[in-house]
Amino acid sequence: MTITEENGRTYGYADLPGLMSLMSGDEKHGLAATSTLDALWVLYDRVLRVGPELTDDPKRDRFLLSKGHGPMAYYAVLAAKGFVPLEWLPDFGSYDSPLGHHPDRVLVPGAEIGSGSLGHGLPIAVGMALGLRAQGLDEPRVWTLVGDAELDEGSNHEAIAFAGPAGLERLHTVVIDNASATYARPGGIAARFEAAGWSAVTVDGRDHEALYAASTAPHPGRPHVVVARVEPKYA
Amino acid sequence: MDTMRDRFAPVASRLLDEDPRVAVVLAVIGSDSFEEARRRHPDRVIDVGIREQLLVGAGAGLALTGMRPIVHTFASFLVERPFEQVKLDLGHQDVGAVLVSAAASFDWPAGGYTHMAPGDVALLDTLDGWTVHVPGHPDEAETLLRHAVAAGEDKVYVRLSLQSNTTGRPVDGAPRLLTVREGRSGAVVAVGPVLDAVLDATEGLDLTVLYATTVRPFDADALRRATEGAGTDVVLVEPYLAGTSTAAANDALADVPHRVLGLGVGRRELRRYGGVEEHVAAHGLDAGSLRERITGFVGR
Repeated sequence: MTITEENGRTYGYADLPGLMSLMSGDEKHGLAATSTLDALWVLYDRVLRVGPELTDDPKRDRFLLSKGHGPMAYYAVLAAKGFVPLEWLPDFGSYDSPLGHHPDRVLVPGAEIGSGSLGHGLPIAVGMALGLRAQGLDEPRVWTLVGDAELDEGSNHEAIAFAGPAGLERLHTVVIDNASATYARPGGIAARFEAAGWSAVTVDGRDHEALYAASTAPHPGRPHVVVARVEPKYA
Repeated sequence: MDTMRDRFAPVASRLLDEDPRVAVVLAVIGSDSFEEARRRHPDRVIDVGIREQLLVGAGAGLALTGMRPIVHTFASFLVERPFEQVKLDLGHQDVGAVLVSAAASFDWPAGGYTHMAPGDVALLDTLDGWTVHVPGHPDEAETLLRHAVAAGEDKVYVRLSLQSNTTGRPVDGAPRLLTVREGRSGAVVAVGPVLDAVLDATEGLDLTVLYATTVRPFDADALRRATEGAGTDVVLVEPYLAGTSTAAANDALADVPHRVLGLGVGRRELRRYGGVEEHVAAHGLDAGSLRERITGFVGR
């Protein structure tokens, strides 16, 4: 599943490290930011109904990168999928670049929100799901990606606690769990979503088939969370 | 007389009927008064519970799908508690909303400092692009609410208060100072519900009185014009933190020698309960105190 065209060629998962190295100038350095890479790729490649030609389509799916730290994987995926020109990547973080160390929706084609301050994506995603429902747009799904440590921010829990009982079926969250939360308890992430009435699946965050299956599992009448476990950040 | 807050739900409910883009987002406070509107528009009257970060974040999400959210709770929980959501989810995301607050600086003094927000307008002043309406009468509140919702994708704050002038003035939501009185010894700008007290305080004095209900943007041109006849001693009387508009007045008069006195709610926490009138007096905003402070300043 590597079909996309940019400048006359296609980019696949295997190209992402190379795209990221255009930003880091150093392939090893980029690895710290790649906890999100596989989930991002599976969503953009196989799950989300999005594309450079659909950025203004009211029926497109919405993907909100809430965890805005370490956005190189995100930019690499957006470049591979034709949202962002490859020529932008080497200037990553410079004064004239639209690509900052936290993304800005006003500057980055395809970015639904600007992020950086943690705990903003999920509440905004709740509002988007409500807004789409109020307009009778039943097709678009709203996805947001958060980190396990990001869930330490209380704003997420306002959103989680509301979305379950409100039955926001079109709302989806993927939690990238690299065991970086402070005072975490084993299994605590899925348990908190489930307690609020969400459908929850925990998978290996490097296993593309498992991520795909978890992301497309039916969850009638409830919002859905995919907890994607990757190798611990501080191991 | 009914209050500005009494007008809010009926006006917002009519706007829900008229415009399918309008949504009302609440955090329990004020929710009962939208019961009927919620029956008619179950997807557009949303009570998120006592969750003010979600209140503003969800409002922003609604705006990102093309809706026009009206977001309402007490000022302290609308502007202060979720200030970063106001800054980032609306401003940084480049979307608009209408924030409608109640309780103002000290509408419920018996409720204590936790329910007082004299700093709300000053906080919004740290951000770019906000329109701020401070109605002084329920009729003005109704007009300004409608204007706020109709203002495209603008970021608009409407500050409702129990404090009110006896009669409403013709306001239109444009950032302009209305000339209520003309004099030659100085100009007093009264914002929203302090107008009656200012008129009493300046009775018989040779002072221009200007009235503002839309304070941001600040009508610098009108203030400059007023000082041509009234002289460049300017007193601002605001129903929120004293000095909130002092910088705006100074900027308006930057090219002429001038003096500005900013009156309003004091910064010091009183740790007093009681009633509104007692707090008005404690902050020196009753007509007698105002007269003393204004005459002590102008023409000296």
